[in-house]
Amino acid sequence: MFNTGNELLALTKENDKKISEIVIEKEIKTTGQSEKELREKMKKNLLVMKESSEKGLKKEIKSIGGIIGGDAKRLNNYIKHKSPISGSTINKAMARALSCSEVNAAMGKICAAPTAGSCGIIPATIITTSEVLNLEEDKMINALFTASGIGEIIAKNSTLAGAEGGCQAECGAASAMAAASIVELAGGSCEMSLTAASIAIKNILGLICDPIAGLVESPCAKRNASGTVNAITSADLALAGIESVIPFDEVVEAMYKVGKSLPKELRETSLGGLAATETGKKIKKDIFG
Amino acid sequence: MVNYSSFDILGPIMIGPSSSHTAGAARLGKVARYIAGDNFNKVKFFLHGSFAKTYKGHGTDKALAAGVLGMEPFDDNLPKSLDIAKDLGYDFIFYETELEYEHPNTAKIVFTENNNEISVTGSSIGGGSIVITNIDGYDVNLTGEYPTIFIRHNDKKGIISEVTTVLAGFEINVAKMQVNRKNKGKFASMVIETDDSLPKSMLALLKGLEDVLTVRAINPVKEGDINV
Repeated sequence: MFNTGNELLALTKENDKKISEIVIEKEIKTTGQSEKELREKMKKNLLVMKESSEKGLKKEIKSIGGIIGGDAKRLNNYIKHKSPISGSTINKAMARALSCSEVNAAMGKICAAPTAGSCGIIPATIITTSEVLNLEEDKMINALFTASGIGEIIAKNSTLAGAEGGCQAECGAASAMAAASIVELAGGSCEMSLTAASIAIKNILGLICDPIAGLVESPCAKRNASGTVNAITSADLALAGIESVIPFDEVVEAMYKVGKSLPKELRETSLGGLAATETGKKIKKDIFG
Repeated sequence: MVNYSSFDILGPIMIGPSSSHTAGAARLGKVARYIAGDNFNKVKFFLHGSFAKTYKGHGTDKALAAGVLGMEPFDDNLPKSLDIAKDLGYDFIFYETELEYEHPNTAKIVFTENNNEISVTGSSIGGGSIVITNIDGYDVNLTGEYPTIFIRHNDKKGIISEVTTVLAGFEINVAKMQVNRKNKGKFASMVIETDDSLPKSMLALLKGLEDVLTVRAINPVKEGDINV
């Protein structure tokens, strides 16, 4: 069992195992299910993630609130016909994240990762990384266990709810979980995984949750795209051997304290931030009257 | 410190856009329907707080309706639930309302057939989890996460021991039990949450007890509840 990043790291060292292996072992112990059953269950999540990250690339999806839609396809076309400044990998990943968010906002099927509002980041990063590194499905399933291990630590020591900690707790946590997974997929060390997760959270520390009209549409979809980029670049920094000045557990603690000190207007109530702008309020009026 | 499973963090698989306003609403509808039983043709949904204010944008109405039709929060047909209900001949009506002292994401669901009415009130409390707070005027507190029995009975001496004796006979361990009544000597209710799943034969025995009026049961499975 592990409650902190340090404890998780110690377990990987003592047993000479990867984060995913430690998480799977913990899951076997606590649920009594076999590794095969657990992998099958995680594969179902992966399947839903794959579908939701593809759907919006080909088809223009319109959200029920009508605020967002069609951006995943727009970005996918841009990759096909132009030369994206930040390269096709980053753009493909963003398009996949947008697709998941659009599917979610259109009442399509998604896998909460860790929440519905942040459901694009982990699918987009894991699928894109596996494509770049030419990895098989089994490795992607491992990566999802690594992601949930990091998520468990954040849930235990901080929060994954926007209403409690702002967007840093949803898209920020997803980004950290994804960053740690990318490192493992790329063959980096467990320390590097935690470093990547630390950097990802540090980059968005303080990000508020201010959904326009209270709906999981804007700015949520684009924050899934930027959270995806944040995860990939944080992983690259860690894989290059760059270290985080502040260790993971302390970053998580800081995130919790920052979340707690955010006024309620900036924690999913739609009373502040972008939701309270002139345009934000007009959109709300147009939808709800 | 709360312990989490990997699948609490990655999952549930659900129809979007919101775990509280969509997935939780579907679960709430489903648990309410199991409590109400199958005999209804008209359902009134009273939406309170954030449910009332944002249901159109979150599909809360569709999710509640889907749950009442027995769908899971991940059912592909969830967005079409209102049309499906119409095709099946159900009359579903939605009201925006103010319920006193309730959680912001609350709905009161009233099932009707002829002159019979049963009302179930519950809240979506985050991450797709729910709590049922009132059944037909009786205050309760049940989550639908445990196998649960809801019994309406005459308020008579010894009825609780009769019920628990039946449970003991089937080696069912009681995890939590709540008793409540409207008036002394008249109607009362019991909510029993158990550690073990509820066999049909046991429920039939409970229904056969002299002062028991109705018995409802929910046998939950994390991904897809089983009706009994």
